[in-house]
Amino acid sequence: MTTTAADRADVVVASRAPGQRAPEGRGVATTAHVALILWSLLVILPLVWTLLSSFKSTQEVLGNPLSLPGKLRFENYSNAWTTAGIGRYFANTVIVVGSALVLVMILGAMCAYVLARFTFPGNRLIYYSMLAGLTFPVFLAIVPLFFVLKNLSLLNTLPGLIVTYVAFALPFTVFFLHSFFKALPGEIYEAAQIDGAGEWRTFFSVMLPMARPGMASVAIFNFLGLWNQFLLPVALNTDSKNYVLSQGMASFASQAGYAVDFGALFAAVVITVAPVLVVYIIFQRQLQVSVTAGGVK
Amino acid sequence: MTVTQDAVPGGGPKRSVTRRRRPLTFDRASFMVVFLGLPLAVFVIFVVSPFVQALYYSLTDWSGFSAGQNFVGLDNYVKLFHDDIFLKAVRNNVLLAIVVPIVTIVLALTLATLVTIGGSGTGTVRGLKYAGFYRIVSFFPYVIPAIVIGLIWAQVFTPSSGVLDAVLSKIGLHGFENYAWLGDARTAMPASMFVMIWGFVGFYMVLFIAAIRGIEPEVFEAARIDGAGRFRSAVSITVPLIRDNVQTAYIYLGIAALDAFVYMQALNPGGGPQNSTLVMPQQLFTTAFTKGQFGYSTAMGVVLAAVTMLFALVVFTVNALTGGRERKVKVRR
Repeated sequence: MTTTAADRADVVVASRAPGQRAPEGRGVATTAHVALILWSLLVILPLVWTLLSSFKSTQEVLGNPLSLPGKLRFENYSNAWTTAGIGRYFANTVIVVGSALVLVMILGAMCAYVLARFTFPGNRLIYYSMLAGLTFPVFLAIVPLFFVLKNLSLLNTLPGLIVTYVAFALPFTVFFLHSFFKALPGEIYEAAQIDGAGEWRTFFSVMLPMARPGMASVAIFNFLGLWNQFLLPVALNTDSKNYVLSQGMASFASQAGYAVDFGALFAAVVITVAPVLVVYIIFQRQLQVSVTAGGVK
Repeated sequence: MTVTQDAVPGGGPKRSVTRRRRPLTFDRASFMVVFLGLPLAVFVIFVVSPFVQALYYSLTDWSGFSAGQNFVGLDNYVKLFHDDIFLKAVRNNVLLAIVVPIVTIVLALTLATLVTIGGSGTGTVRGLKYAGFYRIVSFFPYVIPAIVIGLIWAQVFTPSSGVLDAVLSKIGLHGFENYAWLGDARTAMPASMFVMIWGFVGFYMVLFIAAIRGIEPEVFEAARIDGAGRFRSAVSITVPLIRDNVQTAYIYLGIAALDAFVYMQALNPGGGPQNSTLVMPQQLFTTAFTKGQFGYSTAMGVVLAAVTMLFALVVFTVNALTGGRERKVKVRR
């Protein structure tokens, strides 16, 4: 790190020093480009190397790391998908993350709506305990949580994992949507009530559609958060046929140490990364807007 | 759950906008029960109750599978403060919480500044060409699961077959032909920090870009007319104006560094050479799920939570003491 930090410091200094002297712009822009291109390369090159390695045989991987694959071994991908079980983990992840996402969005929106638009005793208490749930480390809860799930016979099951995901994504969802529902104009609620809509109707036909932009942002955040989740499955879902991708990847990488099929390992990494990366590139504008909306608050 | 029960019959929920009471119809009662009761039940059972139980278990010698558990007071905590391995993990976490946020924020701020005000031109301060490209690429690591980031870099750092040693020896640094970055106590921690920083920078860069774009352009214009160069503008205008964003970033990053579990599990599952990369969560996990010492491990969880809270408190205090609030100038939303 010392070396890297020093390298980076050089880049920073180099990019700034001319900025003070150069009268107008051009030099600054060039150094800025150099610094940013270096950073971009640092981001992209490991990914490119991973992609190339995913087509190599184990011998090639263990040989010269800078060589290109002798031929495109797509069998690495099928090996990863079937033999290493990545296909199964992928399916599990889609089920778990998909269901948890839908549930947490519904429950979170309902809870945030009630907390934001109704006053009743305990409202603040609930809101602040949600906030506390957001800040406390999950590690503090993990052991008792293990036994809560065990007592409910939900340990090592996909539904158990889903409900845990929902519970731990709930505080963030409520917190974020709370401000969103709070900002909706009160007249619209009035109008819906006068038109004879009940509370249920008002929520589902009027308020929820109006909160759509906020819902989209939270959904993106939650999706990435749940897709990346590692601790909860590793602790609460130890049956290998129920593994999700993140833990499946970890166990694949650590299993047997030396007997790992390296080509397939890299292929598994690509299978895990590629879909989300492609979706990100397509929707990057929307995603970055969401991220800034969530973070700059 | 009791909260829910209180909430509903409390004389019928009142609207916040108008103060007029509404009758408690079936529509309204069922609405409150479902809308508040369902999410709260999930939250209380799976989040609140484990946290509360953890506080109690940390005072027992519970091993989980034995029927009985004895109340042992603060014994677990006393034991923790004599547990050299755990103390090593605490030190590693503290080191991470200091270094990772600072380096990440400095790097992210620098890159964000270059993107937003590095553009050439004689008139107004403007953004760099291809800013969109840099932003998109820098953000890549955020959409890659942390465990995968760790696994990729573990391969990059592997001696001889890893790409880093190959590149280094290619450019003439022959001492690194077979160097185990993660296997040497001197470099394991810096290398792990690097991986975490690599994973974090892009996200905060995007946040800071948005924050800088939110500053009124006139502020930069005025500075410019007063003769401030770009570097001066960045230091004297950008940083103070987006100070609250930096504080938030520091807290998030610190909390992530006090966790660090995923990265460390991917890079050095065993805690690294001489436990040089061992972190509290790893030690907690092994103590609980490998050794079955549940009482002792929840005490570790309490310490972790306390350190996290302390960290947030320190950041808030430092920011307040150095005048974080007064210098807030209007920032366009």
